Amino acid sequence: MSFLKKLKDKFQATDQQEEVSDKYKEGLSKTRKSFSEKINDLVARYRKVDEDFFEDLEEVLIAADVGVTTVMELIEELEMEVKRQNIKDTNEVKQVISEKLVEIYQGNDDGSEETSLNIQKDDLTVILFVGVNGVGKTTTIGKLAHQLKSEGKDVLLTAGDTFRAGAIEQLSEWGKRAGVDVIKHSEGSDPAAVIYDGIQAAKSRNADVLLCDTAGRLQNKVNLMNELAKVKRVIEREVPNAPHEVLLVLDATTGQNALSQAKTFSQATDVSGIVLTKLDGTAKGGIVLAIRNELGTPVKLVGLGEKITDLQAFDPNAFVYGLFADLLEEE
Amino acid sequence: MAFEGLADRLQNTIKKIKGKGKVTEQDVKEMTREVRLALLEADVNFKVVKDFIKKIKERAIGEEVMESLTPGQQVIKVVQEELTNLMGGDESKIAVADKSPTVIMMVGLQGAGKTTTTGKLANLLRKKYNRKPLLAAADVYRPAAIDQLETLGKQLDMPVYSEGTDANPVDIASKAVEHAKEEHLDYVLIDTAGRLHVDNELMDELIQIKQNVNPDEVFLVVDSMTGQDAVNVAESFNEQLDVSGVVLTKLDGDTRGGAALSIKAVTEKPIKFAGMGEKLDEIEVFHPERMASRILGMGDVLSLIEKAQENVDENKAKELEEKMRSASFTLDDFLEQMGQMKNMGPLDELVDMIPGANKMKGLKNVDFDEKQITHVEAIIQSMTSKERQDPSVINAGRRKRIARGSGRSVSEVNRLLKQFEEMKKMMKQMTNTQQGKKGKKGKKSKGFNFPFM
Ligand SMILES: Nc1nc2c(ncn2[C@@H]2O[C@H](COP(=O)(O)OP(=O)(O)OP(=O)(O)O)[C@@H](O)[C@H]2O)c(=O)[nH]1
Ligand SMILES: Nc1nc2c(ncn2[C@@H]2O[C@H](COP(=O)(O)OP(=O)(O)OP(=O)(O)O)[C@@H](O)[C@H]2O)c(=O)[nH]1
Ligand SMILES: [Mg+2]
Ligand SMILES: [Mg+2]
Repeated sequence: MSFLKKLKDKFQATDQQEEVSDKYKEGLSKTRKSFSEKINDLVARYRKVDEDFFEDLEEVLIAADVGVTTVMELIEELEMEVKRQNIKDTNEVKQVISEKLVEIYQGNDDGSEETSLNIQKDDLTVILFVGVNGVGKTTTIGKLAHQLKSEGKDVLLTAGDTFRAGAIEQLSEWGKRAGVDVIKHSEGSDPAAVIYDGIQAAKSRNADVLLCDTAGRLQNKVNLMNELAKVKRVIEREVPNAPHEVLLVLDATTGQNALSQAKTFSQATDVSGIVLTKLDGTAKGGIVLAIRNELGTPVKLVGLGEKITDLQAFDPNAFVYGLFADLLEEE
Repeated sequence: MAFEGLADRLQNTIKKIKGKGKVTEQDVKEMTREVRLALLEADVNFKVVKDFIKKIKERAIGEEVMESLTPGQQVIKVVQEELTNLMGGDESKIAVADKSPTVIMMVGLQGAGKTTTTGKLANLLRKKYNRKPLLAAADVYRPAAIDQLETLGKQLDMPVYSEGTDANPVDIASKAVEHAKEEHLDYVLIDTAGRLHVDNELMDELIQIKQNVNPDEVFLVVDSMTGQDAVNVAESFNEQLDVSGVVLTKLDGDTRGGAALSIKAVTEKPIKFAGMGEKLDEIEVFHPERMASRILGMGDVLSLIEKAQENVDENKAKELEEKMRSASFTLDDFLEQMGQMKNMGPLDELVDMIPGANKMKGLKNVDFDEKQITHVEAIIQSMTSKERQDPSVINAGRRKRIARGSGRSVSEVNRLLKQFEEMKKMMKQMTNTQQGKKGKKGKKSKGFNFPFM
């Protein structure tokens, strides 16, 4: 059985998975279309696999924000593979391309382990959200609170962004929408102190999950990154083994700077997973490939809109399936 | 590796050429290849890069580069010139309507910085042009968007027009303009909700607002960290709304900001302002030549730093780095730097390596000869230590005293102070971009030690 067939079968194994991939296909339809359209374009234009072919393939991937470094590595590997298998026909090379991309997305294992959130069974789970300005931290917290609550969890939010105008009100509104409480101080107060209070409140109420919002900050602001590290230390001190997740929120429209974000935030706060937001736009989200390839940090959640339900667990298989659905269906 | 500047990238090719003492067409090809990679790593759209490279190749293969003694420098210069040309001149003017109020509409993707920039522009209009702006809260969708704008209004002590979240944004905008007329406010800045350029329903709402209030400016606000998609976003917003200008935000980060080039190339609309921070006074006029340097990885700054490093001791450099970052670089430091610079060799050569230096106001007219340096030293030495720490205290009277003390003219004193301000600004931008390089293998000691004066 071919590799892609296997992948496809894996997907259609259960109804639930079918549903997931449909939701992905819907959310990613723009991504998938333009991406696979382009690959198909390429295939139609070039009968032969030659230098021009690879040059244009390189462009397609760069246009998807995969990142020059990753693309060049990928192309090199593809060229070798094509030579090794003595592939002359572009239709065949299509399969090799798909396999390679899946490989990068998935890493060595099937990825299912590391994409689920680390939620404690009986104890309090603390999740810290970090990221640059305007990427979707607060919105994602609202969405996740809703999701966890509908799973029967007792959720509490804490408004660690005491800096940006209206940030506390924004989180409060999400708390209202999700039907969960928000621990807050006034604007301008110490973020670490709010987080501390959030933890105490979560403990005394026996909450299951505490979601901590923080102010957006650019990764080159040393003071602000130190402040974030301090917030994390408070959590570490107050709850054993916490934070259970440090989620870095990345905007899918971001280009190469997302790599720098991932690197610096990881240094300051040991990022455990990525939330990739705004994938409902036309940005290709190819940056995930580069991040997976260069840093190995797993993507855990995907934002597909501004509604409270527009949050999906990141399923690498579904993601790749979404990207390549057209190609697969043609087989 | 990612995020190498062009100068870094060209190092190898340049080394090779140095050995040969002659530039071949093959060398130029290699160099343009590096230029291409540098631009792609800076997030310039690949189509824009393609056109651009074509232009560069033509110029580079011409005598200009082939017969130059320093082909590497020459390529960078050609690239930077073309890049600056492409990005257009300074155009920071904001329209003024014949009949008050002037209406400005802010549009863009989610989280780009529209609301913050609305506050910044209002602040600028009042501070610099003595205007009385009204902020209009036409984002009824994002949770607490109105609270956010109202908070900014409070911080600025400026009126905000809002009707809550049940009203229609088109009505809010129209009524805000009416309200401004009644209250004799002369600018209305309309904050709209972030939206995807492919969201037809919401794009339609913007078109309606535009038809209703007939704005004098439509500013597209774009996050400078945007990747390849910037062309689609800019093209689409521009097609549907015929924007009048662009504001690039979050340039205080370490992104190269290639999106600037992409946007300019597809819309041909001027980039007017640069957002340089979260605070309400952190907005600047957009400088195309600085942006060009930034996209290229600060042009030759890296080699300049390398050169400087041989002469500056490590601790001093660290100290300076800290000062630049915190923007506490004073005239005393300036004086010390000049001393070090004297040890570095021909000044003209050094200054030439500073990207955009020849185009920078203030630097343009300065002849960097040793005599000049002595004059500058004399001027600074005639200042009190308080003046050196905080030049803003230097009023007209003090300027006269300093001129007398140093035996120079008042206009020379003025020029030096202006130059120093300009330099601090440049440093701020450079340290921002340089910081991204921190933590890179083998590059630890590099960074901001930038004692070019
Ligand atoms: N289309 C789309 N918009 C999103 C998504 N996630 C968030 N947004 C929007 O992006 C904007 C910024 O979201 P926030 O949640 O305020 O981002 P943040 O990271 O908390 O921002 P700061 O706290 O200011 O740094 C808002 O308009 C959100 O509605 C998404 O998945 N898709
Ligand atoms: N560092 C930095 N942050 C900025 C800049 N401009 C805006 N921000 C931040 O970016 C985030 C988003 O800014 P907003 O003004 O809320 O963006 P918006 O476009 O109004 O967002 P929506 O209304 O949700 O679409 C906030 O955290 C701002 O403080 C800038 O120039 N530099
Ligand atoms: Mg937030
Ligand atoms: Mg806004």
